[in-house]
Amino acid sequence: MATLKELAAKDELFSGGHRLCSGCGIPPIVRLLLRSAGSPVVATSATGCLEVGTSIYPYTAWRIPWIHSAFENAAATISGIESAYRAFKKKGRIPADKEIKFLALGGDGGTYDIGFQALSGALERGHNFLYVCYDNGAYMNTGIQRSSATPLGSATTTSPAGAKRPGKQEWRKDLTRVVVAHNIPYAAQASPHNWRDLEGKARKAFNVAGPAFMNIISPCPLGWYSKPEDSINAARLAVDTCYWPLYEVENGILRVTYRPKEKKPIADWFKIQGRFKHLFKPENSHLLDETQKRIDAEWQRLLDMDGKAVF
Amino acid sequence: MAIVTGKQVGLTGNSAIAYAMRQIDPDVCAAYPITPSTGIIEEFSSYYADGQVSTELITVESEHSAMSACVGASAAGARVMTATSSQGLALMWEMLYIASGMRLPVVMTVVNRALSAPINIHCDHSDSMGARDSGWIQLYSETVQEAYDNLLQAVRIAEDPRVLTPAMVCMDGFITSHAVENITLLADGEVKGFIGDYKPGRSLLDTDNPITMGAMTLQDVYMDFKHEQSMAIAGAKEVVVEVGSDFGRRFGRHYGLMECYRLEDAEAAIVVLNSAAGTTKVAVDELRKKGKKVGLLKPRLFRPFPYAEIAAALKNVKAVCVLDRADSMNGFGGPLFSEVRSALYGLASVPKVMGRIFGLGGRDYTVEHSTAVFEGLYRIIETGRMEELTGYLKS
Repeated sequence: MATLKELAAKDELFSGGHRLCSGCGIPPIVRLLLRSAGSPVVATSATGCLEVGTSIYPYTAWRIPWIHSAFENAAATISGIESAYRAFKKKGRIPADKEIKFLALGGDGGTYDIGFQALSGALERGHNFLYVCYDNGAYMNTGIQRSSATPLGSATTTSPAGAKRPGKQEWRKDLTRVVVAHNIPYAAQASPHNWRDLEGKARKAFNVAGPAFMNIISPCPLGWYSKPEDSINAARLAVDTCYWPLYEVENGILRVTYRPKEKKPIADWFKIQGRFKHLFKPENSHLLDETQKRIDAEWQRLLDMDGKAVF
Repeated sequence: MAIVTGKQVGLTGNSAIAYAMRQIDPDVCAAYPITPSTGIIEEFSSYYADGQVSTELITVESEHSAMSACVGASAAGARVMTATSSQGLALMWEMLYIASGMRLPVVMTVVNRALSAPINIHCDHSDSMGARDSGWIQLYSETVQEAYDNLLQAVRIAEDPRVLTPAMVCMDGFITSHAVENITLLADGEVKGFIGDYKPGRSLLDTDNPITMGAMTLQDVYMDFKHEQSMAIAGAKEVVVEVGSDFGRRFGRHYGLMECYRLEDAEAAIVVLNSAAGTTKVAVDELRKKGKKVGLLKPRLFRPFPYAEIAAALKNVKAVCVLDRADSMNGFGGPLFSEVRSALYGLASVPKVMGRIFGLGGRDYTVEHSTAVFEGLYRIIETGRMEELTGYLKS
């Protein structure tokens, strides 16, 4: 486990001056990831906030080789890069002792939705790469449209808080579980507020042989209608309310990596975000209740599985 | 599945392409099967399974991912190949532009097949014609031999530092992909010597010299990138000629931008791509025996479109029929027609040009159809009147 001091002493591979919003969760996530790899990293990003915010020509925030190709294909793109690496190693065009890590990054749009097929395919094929989803719960880059990661009741521009339909009407997809069902060596959920947990998971994920996946909650002041200075606290509350449990599945064994001392009510997380404002009206209280019930059940399910084999 | 007779080998188009891919031995191949190109990847998979290639084969879950993986691998500096048809090419459409816009010399065989709906697995050119503006070089092949030779040349053309543009080699589904023809194969060493090693100018795997690829561009530079790309593709014409001449010098089979068959003194000519050119040649020979001055122009290179050379080749012809195996649905004739007719516009004396759509979804194109087209052209020459400028070939 690296100390904060050790981490801070490492090269900054993701430079400042990028155009991501103040209070955005993505930069601290990417900076931690790149510090955890231990070897040179080649990365790709799906179209989205991270890509747009870091690459406007002729500037780049990336001090590592990086490519953006399209929205739905980060996992397929990294498959090609990693295959070229294996081909070159076999042919001696890359020295046998040189190790490169491969990282694909996408938002929830590029991962849960449009890029889901490419992700599933790449996981099944067993490429040696880490896929990281920065989950901010909607298509934030294009102006806050709902995704399959958007929480129940959340207001987005395509699921607005209307008189008849108060925000998103569907429960979110549990992508981490779906990924775990691919039987890959490592999958985890993490949060940028808990850097120690995130860094340790990233280090494991980079070092397993085969595909690894991390789903990382990423606060978005723009789409959550929250204050930029509250972002890290918002991430903490998502975890302390057990909306976003921190856990990992390593070689089939599930482990809850953080148990809040005091599990907070979901309303504590909702009330600092404008996207849930309408849920506090009496006529919408059923959505708040349903959310709390499902979160409780899901948390209990994880606790019951802690330390056990999931497949 | 080879039938060997002397120096010649009987191979289907798909087998010949798979054989060429084994000889090229690309670093990475990412592919998804689709009729009628499936046989290419099946046979290549056998070469892979038997250890006859050093390629990393990625059996992806869709054609979109096939081209995406090709883009990733090519950006990493690998020599990359794939093959597809029809809906597969349509699904790749987004990625075709990204491969060409990033100037990645991916080489792909397109076994031409109709697009749905209605679903149809047989030949027409609506797939590759739909991709004609995607910034790929397009080479068309009349025969199995041409498909084999074109694929080997496509590698050198695409990877030429002056070009750095992906290339597709097209051949007709079933008619060429599944028919056995006697062809002459090159020795493995001859192929290696001809294509040489690919020396990429940059690679994502060079972690000591990190590069950013696929950056976002705005109003200030996007158009300049597109202009540079357009100029590079236009310049590919010269490289196609150079590579075709070198191929001819080495192996005795010469290739240029097009084939002109009995066209020098022709009064009436058909312009057509791929296998239908073979059928047309039979009609030309028969009519020539009867004293009719008829000929054929078969473009080999469709992108970049060699408009000046095509105009020069047709300048003395009185009447031309351009046959399109794809309809551009209420455009001014099919895609080949509109480009050929436009190319002729600047001539001092412009031939009469008509366009006919033919052979969609594998509809037969016979010597009789070809002969009837020539008869129609003679009626135009004799009466000076063209009754129908564009339309579907009566069949």
